[in-house]
Amino acid sequence: MTYFNIIIGSIFVNNIVLAMFLGICPFLGVSSKVSTSVGMGAAVVFVMTLATLVTYLIQTLVLIPLSIGFMQTVVYILVIAALVQMVEIILKKISQPLYQALGIFLPLITTNCAVLGVALLVIKKNMPLADAMVYAVANAIGFTFALIVFAGIRERLALVDIPKPMRGAPIALITAGLLSLAFMGFAGLVK
Amino acid sequence: MNNLQVFTRGLVKENPIFVLLLGMCPTLAVSSSAFNGLGMGLAATFVLVCSNVVIALLKNLIPDKVRIPAFIVVIASFVTIVDLSMQAFTPALSESLGVFIPLIVVNCIILARAEAFASKNGVLGSLLDGLGMGLGFAIALTILGGIREILGDGKFFGIPLFGESPTTILLFILPPGAFIALGLVIAFVNKFVKKTA
Repeated sequence: MTYFNIIIGSIFVNNIVLAMFLGICPFLGVSSKVSTSVGMGAAVVFVMTLATLVTYLIQTLVLIPLSIGFMQTVVYILVIAALVQMVEIILKKISQPLYQALGIFLPLITTNCAVLGVALLVIKKNMPLADAMVYAVANAIGFTFALIVFAGIRERLALVDIPKPMRGAPIALITAGLLSLAFMGFAGLVK
Repeated sequence: MNNLQVFTRGLVKENPIFVLLLGMCPTLAVSSSAFNGLGMGLAATFVLVCSNVVIALLKNLIPDKVRIPAFIVVIASFVTIVDLSMQAFTPALSESLGVFIPLIVVNCIILARAEAFASKNGVLGSLLDGLGMGLGFAIALTILGGIREILGDGKFFGIPLFGESPTTILLFILPPGAFIALGLVIAFVNKFVKKTA
């Protein structure tokens, strides 16, 4: 599989949110405004790329040689939590504006299953390191893309008169369903 | 609040999926059939009960500042147990749930109960809370999986309901159907259940 296929495949065909259902919580939680979803998306791109790189190296250099692969879940979640904390501290020191923009989203990312999900998927699919990195970046972009499109729709939706039981989560889910349906149109683009 | 209320609260009134809206990712992903939903629900129930009990036991030993990482380690250990047991005993189910079994660890419902209930209450209460919430999660997943399986595949728990090759709404088995079905069920709950609660 070429890099181009991985990129198009992860952003459009098997979109991480709309087809694989990873990262639904932030997708529904922070998608009421376009500006916040851009911030969240940027933070996810940053953390997902780093987390996938670090967990991949730990898997191949530590867990497999020591044959303690069963520690995978425990190690990964701790690495991701530590990484998020570290990124937060470093950003605060190095770049105040970037910290201001991403700061509040970083703690939320620890429990974003998309980050752990991608880290586990690249191992499951036996990808070489370069493919894994491309896959991580492409999925993070796919997440951001879906989040921004969805936020754009929800900004409009906020102005509409919706039947009372449908307000909030139900209409958001149905909107996401229609968006997911639209993304199914990309199926067959790759392979 | 007595123990019975602690137990039943998770089933309907504070159902984690339909009312609290926690744990959406596995809900949408594994609810393509009633059986998958039930399997996921029971796996999560096991983790929820065990981690609630352990955290309730350890709550006085864990320093407040590092409680979240400590909770996560406890949860991750039980998730690993479930993951490996399912790979050994139910390989087919493990295959179809895939990456979502290890992902139970970041299921917000489990950390939410640890933080909101188990870290403040006794062992028995935490056990019942975990059981109630877990079964509520399992029931909700089974209902959603059942709806999607009946509409999309014409079957319920793999048993054909409408003869050999019925005309079905394929959409409900596909990813968009998950969003739409869950949206409609939550709207239904809002309309009919929340009022009486």
